[in-house]
Amino acid sequence: MTMVHPIAPGTPPAVPGPLLSVDGIEKRYGARIGCTGVSFDLWPGEVMGIVGESGSGKSTLLNCLAGHLAPDAGRVLFDTRDGGMVDTVTMAEPARRRLSRTDWAFVHQNPRDGLRMGVSAGGNVGERLMAVGARNYGGIRAAALDWLDRVEIAADRVDDRPSAFSGGMQQRLQIARNLVTGPRLVFMDEPTGGLDVSVQARLLDLLRGLVREMGLSAIIVTHDLAVVRLLADRLMVMKSGRVVEAGLTDQVLDDPQHAYTQLLVSSVLQV
Amino acid sequence: MTDTAYNFAYLDEETKRMIRRAILKGIAIPGYQVPFASREMPMPYGWGTGGVQVTAACLTPGDRLKVIDQGADDTTNAVSIRKFFERTAGVATTERTAEATVIQTRHRIPETPLTGDQILVYQVPIPEPLRFLEPRETETRKMHELEEYGLMHVKLYEDIARHGHISTAYAYPVRVEGRYVMDPSPIPKFDNPKLSGNPAIQLFGAGREQRIYALPPFTEAVSLDFEDHPFEASKPDHPCDLCGAEGSYLDEVITDDRGGRMFVCSDTDFCAERRAAGHAGRLAAPYEETAA
Repeated sequence: MTMVHPIAPGTPPAVPGPLLSVDGIEKRYGARIGCTGVSFDLWPGEVMGIVGESGSGKSTLLNCLAGHLAPDAGRVLFDTRDGGMVDTVTMAEPARRRLSRTDWAFVHQNPRDGLRMGVSAGGNVGERLMAVGARNYGGIRAAALDWLDRVEIAADRVDDRPSAFSGGMQQRLQIARNLVTGPRLVFMDEPTGGLDVSVQARLLDLLRGLVREMGLSAIIVTHDLAVVRLLADRLMVMKSGRVVEAGLTDQVLDDPQHAYTQLLVSSVLQV
Repeated sequence: MTDTAYNFAYLDEETKRMIRRAILKGIAIPGYQVPFASREMPMPYGWGTGGVQVTAACLTPGDRLKVIDQGADDTTNAVSIRKFFERTAGVATTERTAEATVIQTRHRIPETPLTGDQILVYQVPIPEPLRFLEPRETETRKMHELEEYGLMHVKLYEDIARHGHISTAYAYPVRVEGRYVMDPSPIPKFDNPKLSGNPAIQLFGAGREQRIYALPPFTEAVSLDFEDHPFEASKPDHPCDLCGAEGSYLDEVITDDRGGRMFVCSDTDFCAERRAAGHAGRLAAPYEETAA
């Protein structure tokens, strides 16, 4: 079950220091644990996969990291362009929302959560540009067309609404909409969930190309081991809100140490 | 005559005090939507319940009131509201813009320039300019708070993408003093330039949505646009068929079922005054009152 790693690991980071440094994140829902004691560093250009079964806290963790949920404990340090490492949990809300429009991107599992369904594809892609101050229609439209092309959506669909798109196209549109401002960190929550396998393969191929080409760092939450095998450099396995195993993707998948990881890996159907 | 069963201008003094506080706050923060405890008024929502409450809070016995509905003084809404205040406040009324001290308006700003002695009260159906783009009130408040107005341009982008130009023709959003984006009520965008730098106090009342906002005198209100698709205050490319005015906003009137139509000033007072002064358009009949 050996696979060639798609992204050359071990390339030295341009900036000395991690892009994102997570320290002891905990989120509780009343007495229940959402996730607890999660710490890791994410380096520039690195793709981190988070796997685990439903209810293991992976989406809670992702939402805490992306600022959608306020964690109960811990720090999330992000290497901002102008201020160095800043704790995004305690940072002012305007600054955090600005980050989420510029340096961060969030790809939802359901494209309906991440798209404006009543706005044309071009408007969806242009929204982030307009949110950061673009006021030239021609420029916005050219950027939208460029990005539609990069995610393999035909240029003549630019004025169609996402509701007229197939599920795979909607997901690709959501990716274009998120990447148009050139973010440095992308959060993805089950980006291939709900898509059939051939569309999944195409989307993964696209994501892999974009991640490599733009030098993106990404955190991908999924329960699909094939997705992390293809995309992720490193892997964290979560169970009951805790990280039970972490390491290089191939190492974890080929030589799982924790009993739950062994179960997870052996549960994948072999076709 | 004032009907003695009512307090002056219908509302009780406590309510007027509450509304005046909201108005003062609105004037202090131009373009900010101030919540207020809107009262039930003896007219349906959509007929100007917000404007009526603001007018009631502003009126003094010495005021002279003018009421405009789509530019006209003689339509149902205007006549009803004028009668309402004649009866409950006993104030003088007028149809002449220049003579009025308080003007309540629906969907127009008078053509005659306003002065610093006047208050213009707008009736507002939906005060939130972001409403049709973002349905969550909590989110739109957050967007105003953090000045996140990119979404407003998404609407204009959609206009251009679909129609080749900014097709929003009324309720055209403006940015007030570089801060709040404001819905100027459904006035035609032709009237937008008159919002900015106006010497009169402009008050906006939304009864159903329970919001009051304001533009103090000489406040800057910039219509949003794109660099390559600038704002344009458009109107039908015609002179008025009755008074011949070139620069006033026009209504199109269908006159028969064979394509016949005429364009007339939407501001009836402006048109009548011009005709009284001897101006005549293409279809003008001799003006009887002044014919002698």
